[in-house]
Amino acid sequence: MATPLVSIENVDMRYGGPDGTLAVSGLNLKIERGEFVAVVGPSGCGKSTLMKLTTGLHIPQSGVVIVANSQVTKPVSIVGMAFQNPTMLPWRTTLENILLPLEIVEKHRHRLRAHKAEYVAKAERLLETVGLKGFGDKFPWQLSGGMQQRANLCRALIHEPELLMLDEPFGALDAFTREELWCVIRDLHASQDVTIVLVTHDLRESVFLADKVVVMSARPGRVISEHVVPFERPRQLELLYEPAFNEMVQKLHGEIATARAAA
Amino acid sequence: MSTIETVTPVAAPPRPAFKVNWVRLSPLLYTVGLFVIWEVGVRLSGLPHTIFPTPTRVFEAIVQYWSPIWKNSLQTLYTTVLGFIIAIVAGLGIGLFIGWSKTIYAGLYPIMVGFNAIPKVALVPILVIWFGIGTVPAVLTAFLISFFPIVVNVATGLATIEPETEDVLRALGAKKMDIMLKVGIPRSMPYFFGSLKVAITLAFVGSVVSETVASNSGLGNMMASAQSNFNVPLVFAGLLMLAVEGIAMYALMAWVEKRMTGWAHRSTMAQ
Ligand SMILES: Nc1ncnc2c1ncn2[C@@H]1O[C@H](COP(=O)(O)OP(=O)(O)OP(=O)(O)O)[C@@H](O)[C@H]1O
Ligand SMILES: [Mg+2]
Repeated sequence: MATPLVSIENVDMRYGGPDGTLAVSGLNLKIERGEFVAVVGPSGCGKSTLMKLTTGLHIPQSGVVIVANSQVTKPVSIVGMAFQNPTMLPWRTTLENILLPLEIVEKHRHRLRAHKAEYVAKAERLLETVGLKGFGDKFPWQLSGGMQQRANLCRALIHEPELLMLDEPFGALDAFTREELWCVIRDLHASQDVTIVLVTHDLRESVFLADKVVVMSARPGRVISEHVVPFERPRQLELLYEPAFNEMVQKLHGEIATARAAA
Repeated sequence: MSTIETVTPVAAPPRPAFKVNWVRLSPLLYTVGLFVIWEVGVRLSGLPHTIFPTPTRVFEAIVQYWSPIWKNSLQTLYTTVLGFIIAIVAGLGIGLFIGWSKTIYAGLYPIMVGFNAIPKVALVPILVIWFGIGTVPAVLTAFLISFFPIVVNVATGLATIEPETEDVLRALGAKKMDIMLKVGIPRSMPYFFGSLKVAITLAFVGSVVSETVASNSGLGNMMASAQSNFNVPLVFAGLLMLAVEGIAMYALMAWVEKRMTGWAHRSTMAQ
C-alpha cells in the first residue's frame, strides 16, 4: 500500500511555553491520498490545532507530522485552507481575492503575469461551479455571507492544492446554503484528485461528506475512534433522511457526549 | 454696513416650492450664526477693540493689512505643508518599520510615546541653536508634531492583521514580505489617510508655535508683533486666516482619504 499523504505520529502540541495549554497529546492520524476525512469532537479539543499542525503553521513540541513524504518543519505549500470566517480582502474584487494564492505560491507566481487570462478563466469556472457566475468583479462587501463563503472555497481551490483543509467552513450559513455547498464539495471531491480534511461541528455534514469520520477526545485532544462511512457514492441529499444515516449520526453524537463528560 | 443686515436674507424662510437641503447648508448657517453672536455679544458687552474686536473690525483689519497678511499666510502655509510632507514620508517609513514585527513594535512604541509627550514648543530653542531662526525650525516643528499620529496609525494597521488571513497566506508559503505587501500595507492605508486629517491640523500648530517664538515671518510672527503693538484686530485677523487655511487643508485631506480608500467606508473593516 502507498504511504499516506498525511501521517501524524504521537504528536504533542502545547501553546504558550512549558506551562501553557496542552492542546493535543498523543495524537495519531493517517490520511490517505484522495481520502475525505471529517474531524469531529468537543469544542476546544484541538481540531483547529490539528489543522495547523498538518499545514505546518505550528510545529509540534514532540512527535512528527509527515506530509507528502517529508517531515513538516515549515508551512507546506500544497494546501488550500478555508476557515469559518471568509477573510476576503475588502480592497480586492472577488476575482482578485480568488487569484491571491497564485501571487504567492511559488509554482504560479512567476507565471501569473504572462498567463493572466488563463488563470482568470479558471477562476471564473470555479465561480460558476459554486454558483457565483458573474460576481467576480463585485467586492466582498457586496456579497452576502454565504456568497463570501463560496468565494472563499474558490480561493482555497484556485492553485489546485493536493490537500484541502476546511475548518468549519459552513458554520455560519443557513441550512439550505449549507446543503448546497455540501453538494459542491462532494462533486469537487468526486471530479478532482484532491484530499480533503474537514473540521465540523455538524455530524450530519461529516457523515454525508466523508469517507472516514475521526472523533477526538476533549482537551488534550487525541483520536479516540475512526469510523468508516459505509454509504455509497455518489451520495444524494435524500440520504440525510435514511434510518442507517441517522443511526450513524446518533452513534457519533453519543461518543462525543461521552468524550465531553469525561473531561 | 453691519454683518447682521447682509445675513438676514440667508436666514429668511425658504419659498415652499424650493426644497432646501438643510444638511448641506448647515455648516454655512452655523458659521454665519457664530459671527453674528460674536458681533452682537461684543457690541452689547461694550468691550473695546483693543481687548476683543468685533468680526466687522477684524474683516476691516484683513482688508487694511491685506498685503502682509497674504504674504505671511503663504509663508505659514509653506512651512506647514513642507513639514507635513516630511512627516508623511517619515511617518510612513517609521510606521512600516515599527509595524513590521511584534518585537520592534513592543520596543519602539514606549519610546515613541515618550517622545510624543514632550511639548514641541520646548524643542524650538534647540532647533534655533542648530538651524538659526526662520523657516527651518518652523518646518521641523511642524514635522515633529505631526508625524506621530501617522506613525501610530500605520503601525496599528499593520499590527492588527487578522491571524486567520495570515494563516491562509502562510500555509501557501507566503514570506513576511508577501504578507506585508498583499495585506499589511493595503490594510493600513485607511488608517494612514485617516491620520492625515489629524496630522495636518497639528502641523499648523507646530509651524505657528515656532514662528511665534523664533521667526521674522509667518502668521505666528505677524500675530506676535501685532500683539506687542496692541493691534488686536490684526491678531484676530491672523487667527481667522489660520482657521481658513486649517479648514481648507483638512477638507483636502478628507477628500484624499475618501478618494483613496472608499472601500474601507463600505466594508466593515474600517476603524
Ligand atoms: N494561539 C493559541 N494560544 C494559546 N492557546 C491556544 C491557541 N490556540 C488554541 N489554544 C488552546 O488550545 C486548545 C485547542 O484549541 P483549538 O482551537 O484547536 O480547538 P478546536 O477544537 O478547534 O475548538 P473549536 O471546535 O471550538 O473551534 C484550546 O483549549 C485553546 O484554548
Ligand atoms: Mg476550531
